[in-house]
Amino acid sequence: MFQKYLKLFRIFVSLVFVVSISLLFIDFRGIIPASVSDIIIYLQFIPSIIKFINILGFAAIGFLIIIILNLLFGRVYCSTVCPLGVLQDVISFMAKRIRKKKKYKFARAHNVLRYVFLILPLIPLIFGSIFLINLLDPYSNFGRISSDLLRPSAIGINNLVSILLEKLNIYSVHQVDYQHFKLTTTLFPIAFTGFIIWISFYHGRLFCNTVCPVGTLLGLLSRISILKIRINPSTCTKCGKCIAVCKANCINIKKLDVDFSRCIACYNCIKPCPEDAIKYQLDMRKKTKTREETIDTDKREFVAKSVIYALGLFGLTKLAKSQPANNEKKLIPVEKENPVSPPGSGSLRHYNNNCTACHLCVTACPTKVLQPSFLEFGFTGMMQPFMDYKTNYCNFECTICGDVCPTGAILPLTVEEKKLTQIGRVHFIMKNCIVYTDRTACGSCSEHCPTQAVSMVPYIEDLTIPFINPPTCVGCGACEYACPVEPHKAIYVEGNSIHQPAEKPYFEKLEVEDQEEFPF
Amino acid sequence: MKRREFIKKSVGAGVVAGTAISVLNNESLFAINKYKSDDLPYDLVAIKGGGPEAMFDKAIASLGGMSKFVRKNQTVVVKPNIGWDSTPERAANTNPNLVGRIVEHCIMAGAKDVYVVDHTCNEWTRCYRNSGIEDAVKKAGGKIVAGNSSGNYHPVEIKGGKVLKNARVHELILESDVFINVPTLKSHGGARLSICMKNLMGIVWNRSWWHANDLQQCIADFSTYIKPDLNVVDAYRVLKRNGPRGVSVNDVVTMKYQVLGTDMVAADAASTKIFGLRPEEVRHITLAHELGSGTKNLDKLKINRITI
Repeated sequence: MFQKYLKLFRIFVSLVFVVSISLLFIDFRGIIPASVSDIIIYLQFIPSIIKFINILGFAAIGFLIIIILNLLFGRVYCSTVCPLGVLQDVISFMAKRIRKKKKYKFARAHNVLRYVFLILPLIPLIFGSIFLINLLDPYSNFGRISSDLLRPSAIGINNLVSILLEKLNIYSVHQVDYQHFKLTTTLFPIAFTGFIIWISFYHGRLFCNTVCPVGTLLGLLSRISILKIRINPSTCTKCGKCIAVCKANCINIKKLDVDFSRCIACYNCIKPCPEDAIKYQLDMRKKTKTREETIDTDKREFVAKSVIYALGLFGLTKLAKSQPANNEKKLIPVEKENPVSPPGSGSLRHYNNNCTACHLCVTACPTKVLQPSFLEFGFTGMMQPFMDYKTNYCNFECTICGDVCPTGAILPLTVEEKKLTQIGRVHFIMKNCIVYTDRTACGSCSEHCPTQAVSMVPYIEDLTIPFINPPTCVGCGACEYACPVEPHKAIYVEGNSIHQPAEKPYFEKLEVEDQEEFPF
Repeated sequence: MKRREFIKKSVGAGVVAGTAISVLNNESLFAINKYKSDDLPYDLVAIKGGGPEAMFDKAIASLGGMSKFVRKNQTVVVKPNIGWDSTPERAANTNPNLVGRIVEHCIMAGAKDVYVVDHTCNEWTRCYRNSGIEDAVKKAGGKIVAGNSSGNYHPVEIKGGKVLKNARVHELILESDVFINVPTLKSHGGARLSICMKNLMGIVWNRSWWHANDLQQCIADFSTYIKPDLNVVDAYRVLKRNGPRGVSVNDVVTMKYQVLGTDMVAADAASTKIFGLRPEEVRHITLAHELGSGTKNLDKLKINRITI
């Protein structure tokens, strides 16, 4: 029976997905090009839907492929394509080694919770916020775990190797600076990692069958799948070997029934069955509705824990608001109205409504100006990456974030388009400027400005002072980053809530001067 | 021995082998390799009218060839300006052909290793690639090294500095036997011009401090600490306006000049005149002259002027 090999096949495909997606998010050297990254992420369900809504094109029909597969075979997505699902399998696999006697049992579905978690994210969506989808989407959660936690670890290992090699005068492995780890923005990924380890260690795929909205949605579709895992009542001896390996706890041996809406198509049950009684079968059974659910204490406990968890998170975020900095020189504080969203996102509204905060752009950004936000976009925009001009600035010639974004929250721009897109505008506070306060030369801002929207003009004596021309500013933040004044910068970029076209800087062609003789 | 301290701090006790090798390398830090300036037939060579490689070939030959500066089995570090993610035509970075040619000369002179490094302003991998310098160096047989890691910069004391007393300098500059400085001549919003002395901001880590604490004085102060064995000023294409980065090729004028010398102040003064300014208009040149780092008085120097 070839069905016995389905599990091996599933494991192989799932490893291909989880390894390639992990590498994509850990890739701190920018080795994987955007074209390959698009292919790897193509089938991810939530990003694909959002991208489809954004661009209405063939380039984003990955989710349709998943739906078709689901209608044929059930939730194959959950066991192969979904990286968070595979991560849980890896954890359960290790749990089995650690807890020797561990056997799975049948458990009832937490149906109320399931549908609450499915419908709840849609409520903020009506008001234009993607917030709860960000928190629950399995792909984005896996992205954050990889980008925010695994990537720094990989960089640490890389740097250790690099330092050791440099002692031998080998400079081929270069170090990568990672100085922008912030607890506030990694709090959620850390908490979520802990949660996912705990739940998969003790409860198999309970997350996928209770919390995950994608799992619940695909579960609904599984009810009408053509092929289903079913038990043949005439050959089944009720030995229970299948139940012991069922991570989804969905085999009810007493009723000889498989809750296929919770079955994640892992195929673990097929091979252990001595009678070959449990396997894929055409679904021709007559639908009989059984109402098996009654409120149980487990469920209540789960709800209570979830609520406490959410409240705790909220409280912590409030606690960790920005602290006042010392101010020796009596500098004027910089007060920004809007954060800056990446080039290609069009407007804060479009960006905040479409970004699931998977942090693929954070990994891909070569300058690391794109950083996970904390409260910059407000509570509901938490973790969506923003242009953090404290960390770095946007490279004028680069368009990678738009090229890799899987949801279309950042739409791709050509380099020429990007150079004429104003994501924010420069503001100059002369009273903070070194040239004004110290009467010494600086020019750091203008030096970095790619369009000379900040130029240096004559000031007293032989000094020059910044002069701004906001129409040609693209809002890259180079001036703000380079400004040496601390803690309040003399020059900064105020975000454009709707991105504007920037004027192309124009300077006449300089003439070639002919010098016959050396000037000395 | 701050370097040794650094090694102890950064590398765990387990890495005995690595530490040992580093300590051995410290010898080169104190090695006295220097020729005497009197050995050279000229104080300064100025050349014009040819391509970057041809001009360098002639100019270095007139000083007695690269072997005057690089001996067999020595390590060389070449420091061009690779500050910006910008193509050679934009003249924000040193001409890649010139850098490649210098590396070739070093290797022909018997150098063991030729490293090329810069602490860039824009993201370094893009600067190295798009400047054409990474390619040129690799083709010439040199080793291109990243300058983006804080850990490679070690604290040094600047005894002759008025404002700048400390800086963190890249270890290749500290360890290599020969240091060749290859700036490009260009305008600069803050320092007025960026030439030899300004180019050395690319071997230090904490340079934003310079901007905040009298940039011109800091540039001059640093020139009292380090003297490149050779300076080669690339003035083939000159960024006359909107420097040090420039906005478009409209800011660039092809002047086809090159200046070679061991005295940074003199090379900067000569290059300033080529640019069309008086050395007094670039404050750090006067400040460095006053600190005794070199001379801005070109009349007193033996200058070889070559026209191709």
